[in-house]
Amino acid sequence: MNHDTYPDTFIRNILNTVKTIAMVGISPKENRPSFFAFKYLLERGYRMIPVNPGQAGKEILGQKVYASLKDIPEPVDMVDIFRASQHVMPVVDEAIALPRKPQVIWMQLGVRDDAAAAKAEAAGIKVVMNRCPKIEYGRLSSEISWIGVNSRTLSSKRAPLLGKGVQRMSLNRQTMSGGATDATDRAERVRDEQEK
Amino acid sequence: MTERTPGFSTLAIHAGAQPDPTTGARATPIYQTTSFVFDDVDHAASLFGLQAFGNIYTRIGNPTCAVLEERVAALEGGTAGLAVASGHAAQVLVMHALMTPGDEFVASKKLYGGSINQFNHSFKNFGWNVVWADPDDIGSFERAITPKTKAIFIESIANPGGVITDIEAIGNIARRAGVPLIVDNTLATPYLCRPIEHGADVVIHSLTKFLGGHGNSIGGMIVDAGTFNWSREGRYPMLSEPRPEYQGIVLHETFGNFAFAIACRVLGLRDLGPALSPFNAFLILTGIETLSLRMQKHCDNAKAVAEWLAANKHVAWVSYPGLAGDRYHNLARKYCPKGAGAVFTFGLKGGYEAGVKLVSNVKLFSHLANIGDTRSLIIHPASTTHRQLSDAQKVQAGAGPDVVRLSIGIEDKDDIIADLEQALAA
Repeated sequence: MNHDTYPDTFIRNILNTVKTIAMVGISPKENRPSFFAFKYLLERGYRMIPVNPGQAGKEILGQKVYASLKDIPEPVDMVDIFRASQHVMPVVDEAIALPRKPQVIWMQLGVRDDAAAAKAEAAGIKVVMNRCPKIEYGRLSSEISWIGVNSRTLSSKRAPLLGKGVQRMSLNRQTMSGGATDATDRAERVRDEQEK
Repeated sequence: MTERTPGFSTLAIHAGAQPDPTTGARATPIYQTTSFVFDDVDHAASLFGLQAFGNIYTRIGNPTCAVLEERVAALEGGTAGLAVASGHAAQVLVMHALMTPGDEFVASKKLYGGSINQFNHSFKNFGWNVVWADPDDIGSFERAITPKTKAIFIESIANPGGVITDIEAIGNIARRAGVPLIVDNTLATPYLCRPIEHGADVVIHSLTKFLGGHGNSIGGMIVDAGTFNWSREGRYPMLSEPRPEYQGIVLHETFGNFAFAIACRVLGLRDLGPALSPFNAFLILTGIETLSLRMQKHCDNAKAVAEWLAANKHVAWVSYPGLAGDRYHNLARKYCPKGAGAVFTFGLKGGYEAGVKLVSNVKLFSHLANIGDTRSLIIHPASTTHRQLSDAQKVQAGAGPDVVRLSIGIEDKDDIIADLEQALAA
């Protein structure tokens, strides 16, 4: 599949289907983006499992930390990789070797390894690269619109609320795609040119 | 199935504005409230720590203003927007995020006079030093770049003279210098020109003008294109260094391609305070719903009026890029193919006295200092906005004694022309 852009339906389907997410490379520091994303997804009802060998046996936000994917005593639906691109392949290999393979391997914003993606897809696993599940959840539920971000979705339907509080919205809804922006692609192109 | 990308007019009506999740209200409600309740202390901590999306206090964000932010960001093809109290406030917040005392930015000298004042005087008090360049000599931008340069600032269509700036050429200079290109797109609006497609990294607006469009609300907007790498050389510490007021988070790392809009909000707007009123946001949103219809009519009327003036015996010259033969006509065809805007100047053969007589004799045109209203507007800068300048300074500022500025409205064009005809003949 093309990994430059993903249809909203593809991302929505993943975030609406998976229940257990292992986050590889999560930081215990509360000012790190991985901690933010972990906390946000935990608050939206996902079972979140932290994976970080340096923190193994400790807890992050009340969840027990494991050293590696194979140490997790339960099946996971999605592996969210918060590591630099060069460290992705071993994590993907480990995920494919699990007794019950995850349905999805998700690589964070800025993380991309096309060879690892091809290997995972050959094993029947869906792959998302260079995206953040927190931002995508926020975008497709419209929660991210509260801070002026272009959600690139339109809808004439009311966004359903989740059970708790008025500032929580559900992903379970229909939207159509909104205005396109090629900003990310251009930023990457410019970066590539400058690095040459 | 491929997903449709909606057209501009659809976005102008729908982007950002979904039915209210609690009441089902279809029009965007005016959330006229200062503050928003938290679910619990942990939710409050998450919001204050920028860990969750949500509302805290209207100085930092408001649901009505947020609809406006997403609307304009979508129309410009940007990643995020930030609504503020005025176009001037937008400029302050943008520079606050980029500059430290002693830094420089290069600006086109063909700008709205209010911006020239702000850059020359108020910004200098902050130690933000403007270096002027000439959009008619693109090389002057390159020559103005120094190691202290942090940004380049231009207007897409410059106020008031009908100057079209070569955004792409200046964008290339900005890229080579490793600085963001900031484009004030007020006079064009995204209906006529989308600067991000031509290389802008940040777009700003006075919403007061054509976007709001009805002369009833002051407002400003910052749009983040999401294109600039703020961390590459560490020259933008507000974005690339840990922020002590937010537990040491790094904004660019945390918010990626909408980090600039977030920096302007959580540092600039929070601490400097020029928040937009939700009521103004509502009025401006209502205006934007008809932007396509209005801008096309503004442009069509302006072209007809400019053509009529060019053939009038009292008129010495007309500076409108929509006219064939105008020095900016080719740039207008490239950047604003649907129309060259509705604000332009012309010169009267009768000089200063003729200008005073014209603004006194009009019956439909309103004699005032704004632009971008449904109503046609007229001003004689030499006797009003530029009165304090010497004659030589007036000429240099494009406000010589013979100059009249028009902002053409969306009345019937025959009535607009008839008013000018009777006022010129009187």
